[in-house]
Amino acid sequence: MYPNDRKYSKEHEWAKQDINESLLIGITDYAQEHLGDIVYLDLPNVGSMLSKMQKLGEIESVKSVSDIFSPVSGEVIEINNIALDSPELVNSDPHNNGWLVRIIVSNASEFDELLTADEYQSFLDSLGS
Amino acid sequence: MKRTSLFDNHVSSGALMVPFGGWDMPIQYSSILNEAKAVRSGVGIFDVSHMGLVELKGLSSVEFLNKIVTADVTAMKGGRAKYTLICNEQGGIIDDTILYRLNAQHFLLVPNASNTDEIMIWLEKWKNKMQMSVNINLVTGKKSLIAIQGPSSEKILGHLLTSNPSHLRPFRCEQSYIKTFPVIVCRTGYTGEDGFELVVPSEGVVSIWKELTALGATPCGLGARDVLRLEAGLLLHGSDMDSNTNPLEAGLERFVSWNKEYFVGQEALTFIKQRESIKKIVGFKLLERGVPRNGYAILDDECNQIGVVTSGTYSQNLNMGIGLGYVPKPFSILGTIINVDIRGRNTPAEIVGIPFYKKQG
Repeated sequence: MYPNDRKYSKEHEWAKQDINESLLIGITDYAQEHLGDIVYLDLPNVGSMLSKMQKLGEIESVKSVSDIFSPVSGEVIEINNIALDSPELVNSDPHNNGWLVRIIVSNASEFDELLTADEYQSFLDSLGS
Repeated sequence: MKRTSLFDNHVSSGALMVPFGGWDMPIQYSSILNEAKAVRSGVGIFDVSHMGLVELKGLSSVEFLNKIVTADVTAMKGGRAKYTLICNEQGGIIDDTILYRLNAQHFLLVPNASNTDEIMIWLEKWKNKMQMSVNINLVTGKKSLIAIQGPSSEKILGHLLTSNPSHLRPFRCEQSYIKTFPVIVCRTGYTGEDGFELVVPSEGVVSIWKELTALGATPCGLGARDVLRLEAGLLLHGSDMDSNTNPLEAGLERFVSWNKEYFVGQEALTFIKQRESIKKIVGFKLLERGVPRNGYAILDDECNQIGVVTSGTYSQNLNMGIGLGYVPKPFSILGTIINVDIRGRNTPAEIVGIPFYKKQG
């Protein structure tokens, strides 16, 4: 069920190659379901440099608050302002309109190392949920 | 971990189960906010069978309970319910509960799940100490508790009960039947909406639950229950008060009958009442985005910690973060601006009146 057009992290983020060699980053359907109703997003400023596994932002749901980690290193060139204003978009459409940030990757091999859709699915199965 | 009689039903309907007060309970079925909305606009049902159900019967039951709780039990008629407190000798709140007087010598006490064992020990201790003839019986498990809450609850319940629920006024209770199951119907709740609580035999609870959902009631988890009770300004024991908190600082003074005969904690509370209390519970709303949560620090405008958040959530109705917490009395005046330390970010908030939400109509 996880789309093959992108890669995944064990921290439940996805990264998808997009125009001008940028990567779109978001959270997976599994993540949004476990967070429950999302009410606020905290996203980095455009121009921020992130290293792999660095805290990218926070997602606040009614239940709890969770950190989001950057699956790759790079520079933030755009954030999803629509999702910032309507965070419920991340619940309803996490893989498309609910993307979070656009990044220019500084180290392409980090993207290659991420999980494929099948690998991510197997990882979820191993979590027993 | 204990399970209610509806456990299998919750799991098969896809509920997310979490530990709560020693029980494996549904926190949500699909969405906390949608479930809360269903209760504000229609009707939701909650499995609250984890709560303690303590039956008290016998000749001395009135006299006994009158010494245990802060309410005047002698003034309660049969078929009435009252929100009341159980305090220790120091005036600290051991638990808050609704006390139901079903008839002259038959009462039902509903302690919080995590306090039930302690309350049972407390009741037995005082029964022995005062040598009273009262039967105290914990019927949790044998009986189940369902809350039916929301503006449409009366209509939906009318389809099931042999009695007419529209005749039952708020804080009244009566015996009735659903099919052949004897039930106790109470017009009480923990959501700030009109609603009922039903004590039913556990062997009938699954079929009653299914009938209620078939009639259009939305199953709601403890997540929605917490949002709703907080919007309604209702305190949660264990978070907003505990045995180190007295009813005055918890804003619950009106539930203490000062002039009645002796009750446990009366002496200490009378003494406390004569002093100026130091801290006070307040409601606040955030003035910037964020969700306050239990344990976050409350700061003054010079960033000194002056208090702590005891409950918080995002209120959909108000479209902002709301919370309860304790502050020194001078900061409790409505309109005062405080700051909440939300993971290192000082977020301004305004002291506002409780409840945050009042039911429509």
